[in-house]
Amino acid sequence: MKAWLFALAVFAFAAPLQAAVKVVDDRGATIELREPPRRIVSLLPSLTETVCELGACDRLVGVDDFSNWPQQVLRLPHVGGLDDASIEQVLALKPDVVLLASSSRALARLEGLGLRVMGLDLKTLEDVRRGLVKVGQLLDRPGAEQAWARINAEVDAAALTLPARLRGTTVYYEIGGGYAASESSHIGEVLARLGAANIVPGHLGTVPKLNPEFVVRADPQVIMFSDRNLAELPARPGWSRIRAVREGRLCAFTAAQGDVIVRPGPRLGESARLMVQCLKGELKGRP
Amino acid sequence: MPLARDEAVDRATRSPLAVGLVLIAVTALLLAVGTAVGSLGWEPLWGGADTARAILWEIRLPRSLGAWLAGALLGLAGAVAQGLFRNPLADPYLLGSATGAAFGVAMMLVLIGVAPMAADGWVARLGLTGAGFAGAVGAVLVTLALARGVQHTLRLLLAGVIVGMVFGALSALVMFWVPDILRSMQSFLLGTTGFLGWGSVGLLGVLLAVSVLVAIGFSPALDALALGESTAISLGIPLSKVRVGLVGVMALATGAAVAQVGLIAFIGLLAPHLVRAAVKPTHRWLLPLAALAGGVLLLAADVLARWLLAPQELPVGALTSLLGGGYLLWLMHRRPL
Repeated sequence: MKAWLFALAVFAFAAPLQAAVKVVDDRGATIELREPPRRIVSLLPSLTETVCELGACDRLVGVDDFSNWPQQVLRLPHVGGLDDASIEQVLALKPDVVLLASSSRALARLEGLGLRVMGLDLKTLEDVRRGLVKVGQLLDRPGAEQAWARINAEVDAAALTLPARLRGTTVYYEIGGGYAASESSHIGEVLARLGAANIVPGHLGTVPKLNPEFVVRADPQVIMFSDRNLAELPARPGWSRIRAVREGRLCAFTAAQGDVIVRPGPRLGESARLMVQCLKGELKGRP
Repeated sequence: MPLARDEAVDRATRSPLAVGLVLIAVTALLLAVGTAVGSLGWEPLWGGADTARAILWEIRLPRSLGAWLAGALLGLAGAVAQGLFRNPLADPYLLGSATGAAFGVAMMLVLIGVAPMAADGWVARLGLTGAGFAGAVGAVLVTLALARGVQHTLRLLLAGVIVGMVFGALSALVMFWVPDILRSMQSFLLGTTGFLGWGSVGLLGVLLAVSVLVAIGFSPALDALALGESTAISLGIPLSKVRVGLVGVMALATGAAVAQVGLIAFIGLLAPHLVRAAVKPTHRWLLPLAALAGGVLLLAADVLARWLLAPQELPVGALTSLLGGGYLLWLMHRRPL
């Protein structure tokens, strides 16, 4: 009831006024605000990182349970998972806007309760740039393009530290359960920028589930994974023949490193550095 | 309906041996196809180079054999379940073993994730398959305890359904608390035949041989049970001993199959019905024929799963549901009940 009144009030007063902030999100919905939002809830780790990258970390009043970077967001209220955020808790934080994945189930409910929501769909490098720009417009903060330029410079710098003899190293990145990160995923795009050769072509989709025989046949020189459950990976039938397994070139990223790599957000430069370290053999995973 | 009567006569006169031989021939054919379908689709590697031979011997052959064996165990367990519970809708997961196995696998995944060091010791030796098997057998034991033994079939059935639900809810809770394991769990819940090696084949083969022999040993009792429990008792069948033996076979066969290939839907339900649609055998024939049919079904699904979208793999459990459900629908459409 209160929420409805609130929505009505916002509608009645906001409509005639000139909106100071007007952004179209990835659903095609227009978000209009009279002034830049001062209370933000983010329900996606990569969006939390994007907000902080734009220097607006202090405007966050709540984040999802998985948001753990930068340090200061750990002190904020954590309101639940990506799809099962506590609607009550979000509402109680009285956010001016909620940032979340456009596929999130919480989106329609939050919108129905009269909250402003911005749904973004981050999957590729281009999405990371667009996310920075859109969030920048929403926050009325400059610096999105500079941040994007810095990320690119970091990735390029990381690529330069890879010795020429390691260019073209064939790589297989497994997310878990036989699902691979293909060339068209953001992980694959970073790998390509580094000059590594992903054995999984992009036309199979971003995260295809592969026949294990495909990997044996492609015989990658390096295997990367961030999932602890993959410790059994070398014991799969026939996988002992793969060069990466024979030569022990398996990189088991830690949970924190895995977060950096799997999140399409502003830490792509660090992700690139981690993968370079892996390719150079400085990160040894337990086989 | 004259057509129906003709079919009934057909089924009565058709020899179970002939059906068995047909199923064995189909198995051989599918095995040949199974070794020729890989990550590039149709691609026979017979007499190829070193890598090709390794792919054939270390991946395709054990995977095809393993899929067949797991399907056979499920088909056999399905026929046992339908005979034991005297219910055509009974399937091997009825005693809670499927969700029990899922819970075991989920707990193991969490354990590996929380304490990577543990992955080196006993945890690694037990492995996900061991955990799945332990979960399946554990759930059946809980069911038996709840039903206070095997005396009352209805109580056993009810306890099995409840235990199945509770373990399903428990594994859902584990997945909720530790979402990191979602992707690995998904591949278990949808069924996967991709990682079967020679070790799995050996284990499944031994278990299938034992289960088939034990089950056939109890087949006169199952035939008598088909006439009703009181008739079976009056025929001198030691019912409780028979129930203990058959529940043991069911739990062992289902647990082993589920632990190796994950939750494969429909095969245990469908295989005995397929056999009965072709021929009207006693249990001595029905049990091995259902095993053969189950093997053929899962192997066919496995071949399709890797062929249709190669080099991507379809979840084999989803495929069996789709094909099995489609077949049953067609059957109902053709012969309205």
